[in-house]
Amino acid sequence: MGEVRLEIPARAEYLGLARQVVAAAAAIESTFRDERIDDLRVVVSEATTNAIEAHADLDRDERIVIRCNLDAEQIEVEVVDRGSGFDPSGLDAMPDPERPDRLALESGLGIPLLRVLADEAEIRSGEHGTAVRLVVYRVPRPAS
Amino acid sequence: MLFALEVSMHQGWAILAVVGELELATAPRLRQRVVGLVGDGCAHIILDLTHVDFVDSVGLGVVVGALKRARGRGGDLVVVGAADRVRALFELTRLDEIIALFADLPLALAELDVVGAGTEPVDEPVDERTDQPDG
Repeated sequence: MGEVRLEIPARAEYLGLARQVVAAAAAIESTFRDERIDDLRVVVSEATTNAIEAHADLDRDERIVIRCNLDAEQIEVEVVDRGSGFDPSGLDAMPDPERPDRLALESGLGIPLLRVLADEAEIRSGEHGTAVRLVVYRVPRPAS
Repeated sequence: MLFALEVSMHQGWAILAVVGELELATAPRLRQRVVGLVGDGCAHIILDLTHVDFVDSVGLGVVVGALKRARGRGGDLVVVGAADRVRALFELTRLDEIIALFADLPLALAELDVVGAGTEPVDEPVDERTDQPDG
């Protein structure tokens, strides 16, 4: 399958469209399990939400680019923004529910969820933007 | 995108039913409604996710914030009706360790020792339809 490429304005109301397009691309491969497409929708939502928020201070004409490549075994998605970047190190762990200030944390779940639900996740971030590459396999990889 | 919030009262608990997807575009509306409820003195909230077909970390974050607001006023918040895939996200993020999840509303009412039949709507459903993206 060739590449599917979607450009969206960095606005929250386009987030659902991004999920729909990527999920529809995965569903072309009929052997993709429903639960894997559910995982895919979440990780695309997380990466695209980060991209939309990274564009908060940019010109509204700047676009977020989402590319998908599907084959019989997996779907690869890349979400690229032109925000000012961030340091992804140290953001992988789920907040501990027992920490006293847990209820004060409304954010901080996106990157950990992305790491858990995608079979491969790579974040490259710099001062000119961020690219998040995600791979979801047709069937879950065996638990290690 | 269809998104709706409906509130009814039952024995001092506000039952806040959400319809649609809970994410960046919609979660602020849930936050606003919870702020309103708690501000009006209703800090016991049952969040009904029976008709929510998608949640991401932004939606989960708003639920955490709602719990904080409720408990901050001496109340609580519980979740009912989460579909398997939504419930799995509460478990993956370990939020199920701080928020009580019930399979459905009757089970929650029984566990919370809320007695009495029927619920009383306190306002009309808010049916908010987001315009389709126009490119």
